[in-house]
Amino acid sequence: MMYDSFIQRSNSYRNKLLLALLCLVLSVLIALLLGRYPRAGLANPARILTDPLLARIVLDVRLPRILLAITGGAALAASGFVFQMLFANPLVEPGFLGVSQGAAFGAALAIVLSGFSALAVQLSATVFGLLALVLSYRLARLFRFGGWILRLVLSGIAVGAVFSSALAIIKLIADPTTSLQDITFWMMGGLWNGTWKAAWSVMPVMWIALTVLLIIRWRINILSLDERTAHSIGIAVSREKSLVLFIATVATTAIISVAGLVGWVGLIIPHLGRRVFGSDARFALPGSMVMGAIFLLACDTLGRTLLSSEIPLGVITSLLGACVFVIILTRKQTEVKL
Amino acid sequence: MRCAYRLEEVSYRYPGRSKSAVDGLDLCIPEGMTTVLLGPNGAGKSTLMDLLLRWRQPEAGNISLFDRELGSYRRKDLGRTVSLVPQEEGSRFSFSVMEYVLFGRSPYLHELASPSREDVDIARESIRLVGIGEIADRTVTTLSGGEHQLLLLARALAQQPRVLLLDEPTSSLDPGNTARVIDILKSLSKRGITLFFTTHDPNVAAECAHNVAMMSQGKILYSGPVGTALTSELLSRLYDTPMETFLHGDKVVVLRSY
Repeated sequence: MMYDSFIQRSNSYRNKLLLALLCLVLSVLIALLLGRYPRAGLANPARILTDPLLARIVLDVRLPRILLAITGGAALAASGFVFQMLFANPLVEPGFLGVSQGAAFGAALAIVLSGFSALAVQLSATVFGLLALVLSYRLARLFRFGGWILRLVLSGIAVGAVFSSALAIIKLIADPTTSLQDITFWMMGGLWNGTWKAAWSVMPVMWIALTVLLIIRWRINILSLDERTAHSIGIAVSREKSLVLFIATVATTAIISVAGLVGWVGLIIPHLGRRVFGSDARFALPGSMVMGAIFLLACDTLGRTLLSSEIPLGVITSLLGACVFVIILTRKQTEVKL
Repeated sequence: MRCAYRLEEVSYRYPGRSKSAVDGLDLCIPEGMTTVLLGPNGAGKSTLMDLLLRWRQPEAGNISLFDRELGSYRRKDLGRTVSLVPQEEGSRFSFSVMEYVLFGRSPYLHELASPSREDVDIARESIRLVGIGEIADRTVTTLSGGEHQLLLLARALAQQPRVLLLDEPTSSLDPGNTARVIDILKSLSKRGITLFFTTHDPNVAAECAHNVAMMSQGKILYSGPVGTALTSELLSRLYDTPMETFLHGDKVVVLRSY
């Protein structure tokens, strides 16, 4: 009976996952047709065949941007999920540990030094994102105040602040006619430069990272246990944790290097994912990825269609994310010991 | 008598401390028996446990496991041979009991694999062995202290170990749950599993141990069969306070003298 209920639950999660995937496909179709041409609203799909301009808009403007949104959403959600599991802390996401700020600083530095070369921006964002992660972790170990979760969040705030200040200095010295505009534009977070070229420069990295995370997802569970226990179950704790964090950070910085700072997705989506798909990463990780993809696509589509001028993606995700966060934390079932 | 673990002249000192936590320690943990480690706070019991798990490496001396050097075991082989029941382990995520016990199958799985149906069967058997079948669907964050201890025991059993190490398995339990855990430990011992655990209660040792090792200031004060170890004299020396032992039927009862 015990076995049956375990199987039953797995089957129910699997069905929910299929349903979520179906929702994703529907969202993509709607997003493809939604826009300001030929007039504001949903275009008639049959017109794509007869109207070459609409076909070009759908295939060359909207499609790459949509693919970036869903891949990026999945990457942000997966990274947040991994961070929460590995730090045994449901309150972290890459942004909380300074990774996003580090990546932002790295990207700005590359913009100033290289003049917006996609590769340089991405590399620099990754290196400084990883650096911030290591710094936050080390600093949290040195802190003599509060429990592990609180220390990690506090050290993340400190490291994030340092990189934000460094970023401000770069903006001060950046050439106001070229680099500064690029940096400011990029900082607001958005997929408006989501061309095919931009998409191809970062999507393969994210696909590889997400595939690896999906393959090893059951083991990510065990990395959430106390380190001594995980060691006693035959896990090479430090090595596997470092590897998984590296992959998650690379996935995050890849989307950051194109879309700028897109916050909160990595914090709230894994929460919702675990609520729908249970805590076992076998279902919760792919579930969170699909939910993250839908969420970011919805935010981006809202941002580009709601007003006549575009609302930055980061603004929408932060606004929605913060509201959901408040709701999650005030719900009875959520208990986090600080 | 064969030793599951054999320790020779083993020492360990924490970085920055002048005194060794484990100091030239010799010990044999006999195979197939239950050995209880007694000792006052700060005697070095937890450090010794860490050394047995290879979580810490000794500074000096040798540790062998089934006549093989502990350091020569592949990580997975060690996970299949020795498993740990920690004293407590807070999980922040709401895994189900079944999912949690399945984690114990990890040393048998390839790094990229998930548990198979066979692993689920073994986890189910472990859950049945410790008698928590009725809570297999509950989430681990909702369990009581006693249920949680049994959960950790079930996960350790899912590793199908030859040696089971337990950190104070009864210290946070009420008398009813203590009795339940002791009964389970006795039944595991009958199945041939070598048990080694720490406790602060000599009566737990009296109830289920074959052997007692007494540890003080990083050294083994005495190690031998339970009948010869649980004496007023040895226990008083160990805890530095007057202790008395009584015979109740054929059972030894230990009390602190007033």
